[in-house]
Amino acid sequence: MTEKVGPKSFPSPIGESVPRIDALPKVTGEAKFTDDIQFGADLLYGRIVRSPHPHARIKRLDVSKALALPGVKAVVTGEDCKDRFGLYLKDRYTFCKERVRYVGDPVAGVVATSENLAEEASRLVEVEYEVLEPVLDPVAGVQKDSPLLHPQLKDYTVASFIYPKHGTNISNHFKLRKGDVEKAWSECSVIVEREYRVPHVQHTPIEPHITVAKQDRSGQITLWASSQSPFAQRDLIAASLGMSPRDVRVISPFVGGGFGSKAGVSMEALAVIMAQKVPGHPVKVRLTREEEFYCAFVRQGLVAKIKVGADAHGKLVAMKTEYYWDAGAYTEYGVNITRAAGYSCTGPYDVPNVWTDSYCVYTNHPVGGPMRGFGMPEIHWGIEQTMDQLAEELGMDKLEFRLKNCLREGSITATGSAIHPIGVAECAAKAAEAIDWGEKESSSAPHKLRGKGLAIMWKAPAMPPNAGSSALIRFNEDATVSVGIGGQELGQGAHTIAAQIAAASLGVPMDWIRISGPIDTQYSPYEWQTVASRITWSMGNAIIDAAKDARRQIFDLVAQQWEETPADLDIRDGQVISYKSERSEPLENLVVYGLPKEDDSGWRGGPIIGRGSFMPDYVSALDPETGQGPRAVVHFTAGCQAVDLEVDTETGKIELLRVVSAFDVGKAINPDQVRAQMEGGVVQGASTTLLEQLRLDEGFPINASFTDYRIASTMDMPGENISIIVEVPQDDGPWGARGIGEHSMVPTAPAIANALADAAGLRILDLPLSAERVFNALREKEGMP
Amino acid sequence: MATHKISLTVNGVLEQAEVPSNMVLLTLLRERLGLTGAKNGCAAGECGACTVIMDGEPVNSCLVLAVEADGSEIVTVEGLSSESGLDPLQEAMIEVSGTQCGFCTPGVLISARAFLDRTPSPSEDEIKEALRGNLCRCTGYVRIVESVKIAAKGG
Ligand code: FES
Ligand code: FES
Repeated sequence: MTEKVGPKSFPSPIGESVPRIDALPKVTGEAKFTDDIQFGADLLYGRIVRSPHPHARIKRLDVSKALALPGVKAVVTGEDCKDRFGLYLKDRYTFCKERVRYVGDPVAGVVATSENLAEEASRLVEVEYEVLEPVLDPVAGVQKDSPLLHPQLKDYTVASFIYPKHGTNISNHFKLRKGDVEKAWSECSVIVEREYRVPHVQHTPIEPHITVAKQDRSGQITLWASSQSPFAQRDLIAASLGMSPRDVRVISPFVGGGFGSKAGVSMEALAVIMAQKVPGHPVKVRLTREEEFYCAFVRQGLVAKIKVGADAHGKLVAMKTEYYWDAGAYTEYGVNITRAAGYSCTGPYDVPNVWTDSYCVYTNHPVGGPMRGFGMPEIHWGIEQTMDQLAEELGMDKLEFRLKNCLREGSITATGSAIHPIGVAECAAKAAEAIDWGEKESSSAPHKLRGKGLAIMWKAPAMPPNAGSSALIRFNEDATVSVGIGGQELGQGAHTIAAQIAAASLGVPMDWIRISGPIDTQYSPYEWQTVASRITWSMGNAIIDAAKDARRQIFDLVAQQWEETPADLDIRDGQVISYKSERSEPLENLVVYGLPKEDDSGWRGGPIIGRGSFMPDYVSALDPETGQGPRAVVHFTAGCQAVDLEVDTETGKIELLRVVSAFDVGKAINPDQVRAQMEGGVVQGASTTLLEQLRLDEGFPINASFTDYRIASTMDMPGENISIIVEVPQDDGPWGARGIGEHSMVPTAPAIANALADAAGLRILDLPLSAERVFNALREKEGMP
Repeated sequence: MATHKISLTVNGVLEQAEVPSNMVLLTLLRERLGLTGAKNGCAAGECGACTVIMDGEPVNSCLVLAVEADGSEIVTVEGLSSESGLDPLQEAMIEVSGTQCGFCTPGVLISARAFLDRTPSPSEDEIKEALRGNLCRCTGYVRIVESVKIAAKGG
């Protein structure tokens, strides 16, 4: 197993909170982000002309006035786009061809010598629209009389595990049928049935989306992009242009936050189409903060109908779920969120009878896409509030109810497979203990109510079954190491973890490692995408594999030189050693120049390059009618958050006094970075719970700025933000590790809602728990108008 | 568009530039002077990523016209460290991982520096208040506030 890689006695950086390797350039301003790269006088600027209507037909498009403006170099439209693109469902053109489907849908792109000029010219593009009736709600969108947004759905290319319903607005219908739900209701002594709503929110990375694209005279296209997915972008963009991925190069320096919004392709293809019109010139397209709110991906809205029943002993018996995802105008990525929600529908619970329908519904809303949690914060909002209410009706303690029903090693999941060792119960118990569960705390003022709540969660990496990683380990002359990876540093610490894993698995000191950057599809080894909290696990395994390969080459060389067997050799602290002869040799004497033969007849060896890859080979298909299969996903990370809060009855404002996170990460490669992920997730989770909602008024976004769409600042920090690491090892994780990046914002919203219920006896089923909503609910409860 | 000749001191160096009336200080720094430490996160005074110190005050450089900066003294993140080493705030940020993606970091450091210069031994609430204009989507602020506390103690 992986633990055997790398010598044990030499102090290993695994499990150590080594400082981030990217901290120094980031605190000095040296770190280069895409917008910081200087392109010189050839640089041109692109500006997008966008649809002002949620749904309309383009009747006339005239770009002549814009083109005539001095300094304007090109104007592109849908006519310049060849094929549709998309990750799981090819349902969108880069620029619209005849129909626009959301406010912000790109209809033209203007290229000019300055940003101001491009902006001015964009206003000269004349578009005449015939306004069409929009679809503004996912439940309405599935009705027979609803306008149809994608009449050609049946012609779209789609992944084998996605099931569009032709002739409807449903671009994926995931079904899960386990046991006999209808029969099981009769065995239940308590049943709770509720409907929950989750609005759209936006990722709001502080760095807006930006791409610079250039086509050179040989036809090669280069993109400099703030990107979680350089390889997927290369592949998807090339395919949409009828090109080979060989001819599309994506270079991605530091990314100023992604949270999913910079995964797949969103605005990057726009810059490419524009650059094709002005060969030799780089074209920069930078989303304004306003565009960022509704022209990049948003988190999908959700209407969740949940019915859960338990028997008289408090054991879960049956669960029925309908999810209507408000997935927006194009669902090329969102279809897989629908699927992930479907197979994760029970939460981390053992439920014998399950019936689920998860519908991905086209609406005339911004494009839904991946956001930290990939559907899990949205579904756990309903699941975990329902479980709380079920426990209430059973008269059971809410922790006890969860401990009784949560998954344990070997429990059968909703998709019918046995779960691997998983620390749900341990996380719940530890979080509860840290929040002093069961002890009633007094409030700080008579008009404030205090309460506690908790929520548990699970989440698997949602990805194609064969998403792969690769790594290259190249020794330099002095035996320092350049590690090539394709996984991106988004702030989550991926490159620090990569360096730790490389050092430990090679047997060299940590400061000998340098991660090769920026990520460049021309030089960096392949990585599917930096998403799904899969990088520590998947890329980590590829690095270990590459280290093994390099060690094998070194041992073969030295064994021949010393006339020993490779099995007796090891590398410790940068030296090759033999356990048998006790000889040793510093790596720097052999990793590039090889070793001289004893008889002076020449040299043996040569530059050492280790190559490694990793791809799970055990993820199975699920039955399209029942969602059952041997193994739906690679693994689940589980955890719990517990909240202690106060609500001000005079204002409705919720104040988080303490939040405790406990997550089972398998093994914390870098405990400090694991904790940093938990702390950040709590605040992003709390922000989306208390403050955030992208307001769409008849499809028109009305709060697209940080003034009108507030996110948490220092003033919104919880009083205490405590994190606990639980380690139940993953059998195929590096040293047992699995991901944590997304999970920490999954249970936050229901944990807060459950604490609010405890404090004020108030159940609110719709997000956000804004002060206004809480205040109104409090008044209603008191019977006040 | 009319242009103006201005001169200003940036990180101790006297700079002269001819700028259009509508150019903001952030653009001058980033695109004319090659100082890309200050970031453009919103161009509307809402995120704090572009914060620089102007005559001792933290300002959103996306809202200050370059001509308004004529004759002023500017400090950007590039000016925080010197030959003799890093600013204690930078040291503390590295030590406790006050940075993740790093996009907000230059603005945070500058706001914190201007604040500590004025308030050498702040309370936690004062630190939060001073940084309320610097949005960070990654860290949850825990380690940012911690960094400022450490720097205040050591500095
Ligand atoms: S860029 Fe200046 S405040 Fe956001
Ligand atoms: S570290 Fe990413 S925004 Fe602050």
